[in-house]
Amino acid sequence: MVATLQLTDVGVRYGKQEVLSGVTTPALKGGEVTAVIGPNAAGKSSLFRRIAGLLDGPGDIRIGDGASGSPESHVCYMPQDTSVNTVLTVYESVLLARKQGAPRKVTDEDLQEVDRVLFSLNIEAIAFKGLNELSGGQRQLVSLAQVLVREPKILLLDEPTSALDLHRQVEVLALIRSLARDRGICVVLAIHDLNQVLRVADRVMVIDAGTMVTCGPVNDVITPTLLQAIYRVDGRIERCSRLCPHVIIDGPMGHA
Amino acid sequence: MAHSPAIAIPKGRGTYCVLVQRKKLVLLALGLVLILSVIADLGLGPARYTMREVVLALMGSPEVSQQISVVIWDIRMPVALMAVVVGAALSAAGAQMQTILNNPLASPFTLGISAAASFGASVALVFGVGFLPWAIDYVVSINALLMAMAAALFIHFMSQQRGVTVETIVLLGITLVFTFNALLALVQYLASEQALSAVVFWTMGSLTRATWPKLAITTAVVAVSLPLFMRRAWALTALRLGDDKAASFGVNVRWLRLETMMIISLLAAVPVAFVGTIGFIGLVGPHIARMLVGEDQRYFLPASVLSGAAILSLTSVVSKSIVPGTIFPIGIITALVGVPFLFSLIMSTRRRAW
Repeated sequence: MVATLQLTDVGVRYGKQEVLSGVTTPALKGGEVTAVIGPNAAGKSSLFRRIAGLLDGPGDIRIGDGASGSPESHVCYMPQDTSVNTVLTVYESVLLARKQGAPRKVTDEDLQEVDRVLFSLNIEAIAFKGLNELSGGQRQLVSLAQVLVREPKILLLDEPTSALDLHRQVEVLALIRSLARDRGICVVLAIHDLNQVLRVADRVMVIDAGTMVTCGPVNDVITPTLLQAIYRVDGRIERCSRLCPHVIIDGPMGHA
Repeated sequence: MAHSPAIAIPKGRGTYCVLVQRKKLVLLALGLVLILSVIADLGLGPARYTMREVVLALMGSPEVSQQISVVIWDIRMPVALMAVVVGAALSAAGAQMQTILNNPLASPFTLGISAAASFGASVALVFGVGFLPWAIDYVVSINALLMAMAAALFIHFMSQQRGVTVETIVLLGITLVFTFNALLALVQYLASEQALSAVVFWTMGSLTRATWPKLAITTAVVAVSLPLFMRRAWALTALRLGDDKAASFGVNVRWLRLETMMIISLLAAVPVAFVGTIGFIGLVGPHIARMLVGEDQRYFLPASVLSGAAILSLTSVVSKSIVPGTIFPIGIITALVGVPFLFSLIMSTRRRAW
């Protein structure tokens, strides 16, 4: 049985101020990738934190885990990248992510899993560097390793590729895509690059000014109308490659 | 993970295991330094005994005179062990303060807990006023303890307010230092000459105040606190990745901070209450530990404890050896011994610890 995530009228409140409301989705199933898009400060991160249980608010979050144990333990959330000032090594930080809430003793299986994850993200070379010595992109890959090593059923990624170069973006998104398929993980990720959304996502949720605008199949949602309504950009969607459509921006440079 | 398992995966775990072994060796070496230092500490004092006599007295051999036995066991032993336990407690408190406040400057001394204790003690010494009047024997210690706990709890409850950041807490701690120092100065100004010298001596910190009951209480506090920290080792280490990360791993960050601060306040306050202000250990012990074994709490905490204990014990040795026959107040010596040591470590390590 695969994991599912369903939101019904979910919102977020800070004190009395409502920063997000009315997020409703169909059941997001394991194996699917849902992209959350929208302008800066639209409420995307708040939504992720709400689903991860770090924020309170109205609405119903239904998690069907398809596995034993408490559902929350299968939800893994990767916050946006922040620099850290610690001499913990990459290896230690990934191991400690795996050991949270687990038996204290480190087993050989733990170490094997850490090795596997570092390998899959192609970051074994920096395994014994301190986190304070890494570049932004490397930090992001390590953060990703920290959530993957927890063997999530539901994976919430807040801008996991914002600091990566093009090659790494493609690589990481392909990995996320194949992880979702192979392991039946339900992936929800915030991402700004609409071309990457078109490549990786099955479904798109649009959030603007604290409310959900729409949530549907990627080709239905990303349209010239959306580009204009949400981003105030003139553009079109063209199928210029065999594999997937592309967003072409038509507006002049400097056009807001 | 997503790739075929047939591909050979490089063994990061091999390197990891080697590094873990190295950390265990460092802990062992620190332990050895500590033991040697304690033996040296027992051997030194105004009454000159040979090392052989000291060792025989320690083993309870009938060959040594009753007098030597009494000096070693009843006079030197509590002091030597008090140095170990106080060093361990202050260093562990400093280590966890630095961890939960995410700040390299955090220590019982810099956050005003020691200053509060000094003020509490001075009130007892100068005015003879005990905050718990029925405990006459321990009136200075109890006053110091209560003030130190009050300062720690004040810092904690302020840290729970909305919008209070780690930086605010450190700033708050510094204001406490100034406040209590001013109050201490006021008490000193009002004090008689005799009381004044008692206060000054108290604020210098001295292990010669150690007795078996005080040692037992301090040891009990350390013995209860350290396993509590060790049980939360993974969660405490996760705090070093930032609150958001730790919370995303399922750590209850607020609760962990509260628990840790409560334990810290005891660990920091009890030694200060018994032996006076000993600065520096709580700051330098954790820094040495971090440079030697990194920040994985499973090794960082024991390393902090051992290095704090070893520094204070070595300092005790030094305080007896500068002028033979005289024991200098240890609070004076800690910084003088510790600073060059820390400096040489900072200069010799290329890895930036903060």
